[in-house]
Amino acid sequence: MSSASMPEGSSSVAVQRVREHIVEFVCDSGEGAQTAGQLLGTVAAKSGHGVWTVEIIPAEIEPPVRSRAGASGNRVRMGRDAVTNMGDGADVVVAFNEQVLYSRIDVGAFKRGTVILLERKWAEDQSQVVRAAYADAIVEFGKVGYDVVEVPMEAECMRVVEDPRRGKNIWALGMVTWLYDLDVATVETELGKKLRSKGEDVVARSLELLSAGYSWAAGHLRFRYRVDCAPRDEARVVMNGNEALALGTMAAGIEVCSMYPITPATSVSHYLARSLKNVGGFVHQAEDEISAMGFAVGAAYAGKTPVTVTSGPGLALKSEFIGLAVMAELPLVIIDVQRGGPSTGLPTRVEQGDLLTALFGQPGDTPKIVIAPSTIEECFHDVVLARKLAETFRGPVILLSDANLATGQQPFRRPVPNEAWLSPPVDRCDWDPQVPPFAWDPETGLSSRPIPGQTGGAHVVTGLAHDERSRVAYESPVNQRAIAARSRKLATLFKSLRAPAIHGADHGELLVVGWGSTRGAIEEAVDRIRADGGAVSSVHLRFLSPLEPGLADIFRRFERVMTVEVNYSDDADDPTVPKEARRYAQLAWLLRARTLCDVECWSRVPGMPLPPGTIETELRARLDAVGVSSARSEGPPQGRGASA
Amino acid sequence: MTKLPKAWYMDGRLRHLALADYEGTTPRWCPGCGDHAALATVQRLLRDEQIPPDQAVVVSGIGCSSRFPHYIHTYGFHGLHGRPLPIAEGVRARRPDLHLFVVTGDGDCCAIGTAHWIHSIRYNMKMTVMLFDNNIYGLTKMQTSPTTPKGGRSNTHPEGAPLSPLNPLSITLSIANVSFVAQTADWVPAHFASIVKRAHAHPGLAFIRVLQRCPHYMDHHWEPIQSDPRRQLLLFHPEGVPAQANDQRAFPERLEHDPSDLARAREVASRTDVWPLGVLYRNPCAERYDLDTAVGLGMSGADKLAALERELTQFEV
Ligand SMILES: Cc1ncc(C[n+]2csc(CCOP(=O)(O)OP(=O)(O)O)c2C)c(N)n1
Ligand code: SF4
Ligand SMILES: [Mg+2]
Repeated sequence: MSSASMPEGSSSVAVQRVREHIVEFVCDSGEGAQTAGQLLGTVAAKSGHGVWTVEIIPAEIEPPVRSRAGASGNRVRMGRDAVTNMGDGADVVVAFNEQVLYSRIDVGAFKRGTVILLERKWAEDQSQVVRAAYADAIVEFGKVGYDVVEVPMEAECMRVVEDPRRGKNIWALGMVTWLYDLDVATVETELGKKLRSKGEDVVARSLELLSAGYSWAAGHLRFRYRVDCAPRDEARVVMNGNEALALGTMAAGIEVCSMYPITPATSVSHYLARSLKNVGGFVHQAEDEISAMGFAVGAAYAGKTPVTVTSGPGLALKSEFIGLAVMAELPLVIIDVQRGGPSTGLPTRVEQGDLLTALFGQPGDTPKIVIAPSTIEECFHDVVLARKLAETFRGPVILLSDANLATGQQPFRRPVPNEAWLSPPVDRCDWDPQVPPFAWDPETGLSSRPIPGQTGGAHVVTGLAHDERSRVAYESPVNQRAIAARSRKLATLFKSLRAPAIHGADHGELLVVGWGSTRGAIEEAVDRIRADGGAVSSVHLRFLSPLEPGLADIFRRFERVMTVEVNYSDDADDPTVPKEARRYAQLAWLLRARTLCDVECWSRVPGMPLPPGTIETELRARLDAVGVSSARSEGPPQGRGASA
Repeated sequence: MTKLPKAWYMDGRLRHLALADYEGTTPRWCPGCGDHAALATVQRLLRDEQIPPDQAVVVSGIGCSSRFPHYIHTYGFHGLHGRPLPIAEGVRARRPDLHLFVVTGDGDCCAIGTAHWIHSIRYNMKMTVMLFDNNIYGLTKMQTSPTTPKGGRSNTHPEGAPLSPLNPLSITLSIANVSFVAQTADWVPAHFASIVKRAHAHPGLAFIRVLQRCPHYMDHHWEPIQSDPRRQLLLFHPEGVPAQANDQRAFPERLEHDPSDLARAREVASRTDVWPLGVLYRNPCAERYDLDTAVGLGMSGADKLAALERELTQFEV
């Protein structure tokens, strides 16, 4: 099939230009909606759009078909400008059955006017129960204000293939290709790439299905959109946060990744397991996280700064070794792709619950560097940064990502790796035996160390209190000096940091402070309120330990300061919680202690990213409560999806 | 060592290395502690093999015996209780050039570090592991260990240990890919030395259980065995420790044992009437994980960058 054979959309359908749109594919797991969504995301990125795609993951591993728990798929938000988060209500939803839609409705994924392109075969199902459920749903959806379009997907697929359950996703993609007036040749190319490994037959059949879906849409749909596009000339890559962490690891010249499988971190190691060898490294799957961390400590000691990748429960197990790495001043990178906690918690879900554990999770005084990327691009660059920090400051660096970044896909400028990013080779020069292995500079706490094999450097690293020569030392002044030296390193790093940039005006009514993956949603909420004249700004922190400088100064320029986080806090007005017993969100704890400002917080643990509309509503409520107008322009926040 | 002229110290590579070159800080073990003998044995091995102190690494856990690295002049890593093996694996992964020794105790290895013990045997990365088995927790002052005999009194079991001990040899010999298992005792220094020499030359992980005296908490514990030569079974074989001319007198009980015979090794290990001393099992052809982990060492920066560009291109839009 050549793209030329695609029929032109009927000229009677006017194309509606939109600034951005959110499209979802949802189905039972195994029906390929993820593939369709990913392809749409890639094509949108290729077409020059800003894109954020997020996976819709079923609540169960083997969910029954046609069940709420089974919703599986992909959400693609594409826009003219950079897209930084998953957004609010979807504009268009392609669904293979009506049941999976309920779980999306439960989490507020749709809005009034959401167009649902629904497989209509259930209307003629053999089972009376199925037919009735389908009919009920259509009525119900109509009542809530969704715009349901019944589509004979399988029936149409059957004109091309015998088993319509395989390939229906591609037919649907063809329909969406017409719907958004996407470049057919680009879709075909990406489809070919994606399915190449499955053989020529599969590719050929898929191209036919794509074309069939396209033609059907052209002949039957009465509406069509075109998402505006800003010209881009830079080379871009598109990937999810875990892939970015993996590629960042490779770009950092890290040769050792030791890990133990844990959701949602594992896919970082999966990628590295395939690719780290291409840059001369390897992945060690240890017998547990303690061992993975011990292996990393050993590699660091022997001169190879390693990475170990984990999530909450694994971070807990690594704790004793993290303390040792601080004590012995060994450079290594710990990536924590946070999930819902505590304990086994919500393995596949989003939470920012490990911040305080990362900072204070070890007994004794264990100062260490903690950073958190807030975009997919930062996931890549922060590993390079983390490795350098680990080596310069001789200690573990914890990088906090989360399940939102892990599965979210976003295009960004193609990085240009260079030698300076790679870790230096193991030092083989002689070591001056007069220089102790912990020659702490009294001002900076910094020192350099001999690595095993270096002549003249033999010494014993120990987790016991030790002096500059690494000799076990129980004397009070030595202990004081050593602990101070390790602590001093954070002060030294702090001095080299800049105050965070303020998103919005540098003074006003309300300042929102965030960290990690919430950046896009917070800034979008702030922008919407600012567009209506609300005096809201935000600050996003990349360094959590040490915290970035100048915070108290910034905070004083706002009437109110609050954090927005995806972890637990007691609400201020909760009548069951005495004021003095109130537990704050984790960054708020830190900021209150650090700045002595009355930092408020609003946090939730929905297991999902906070949509910008939800944050916006909360911020507006705060402003309204103190009588400051945050007048909302017409309509609900989702109104942005409307035509430009 | 510090008394030697500096030039001598600096140029350790150019001259004959003496025992003094391997002296660390003064050992603080109790007088008569078996760990002293072990230290001397390893120092002699390094001297005999003329291994420069800076080319050797001794990793240990926590316990009396794990103080070892402080008392020997090499690179040392006195790590965490139960965890010396993962650290040593991490060292070995990218450093085939270093001579690597691990010191652990019966609590360190057979209680808190059990998972790592099992898996390190299977990884079979080249290193010499010495389990100092005094049948007690020494450092923390006399608690029951997994090798304390049933009925043995300790501070945690004042009425006597309720369970029979586990057998570190049998366990190690039953782990997949085991490649070297030996047993010796601190009171037979010549035997100890030949075992350590064999272990150090072994291409893989060599596991040595050292029966170790703790006069402080287990006074006279090994005496019945030490003083009764019939309760010590000397294993000899050209492939293990070959028979010596004067064996006869010290070891009336001897067994020619082919260390390639795993089934026999397991039988010997599980004997309760005698304590076998010698190489129980040796397989120089077992799979070695450290050969895998070292792949790609020394790749040039230019090659890495080129590979990285290819990788990124796959994501380009
Ligand atoms: C995580 C942890 N738990 C407990 C301890 C306390 N501890 C130190 S050494 C030791 C037992 C040592 O016994 P063993 O390994 O047999 O060595 P030995 O002193 O007998 O040589 C214990 C329980 C510790 N240091 N760390
Ligand atoms: S307590 Fe026992 S094991 Fe520890 S040093 Fe003393 S004799 Fe040796
Ligand atoms: Mg012991």
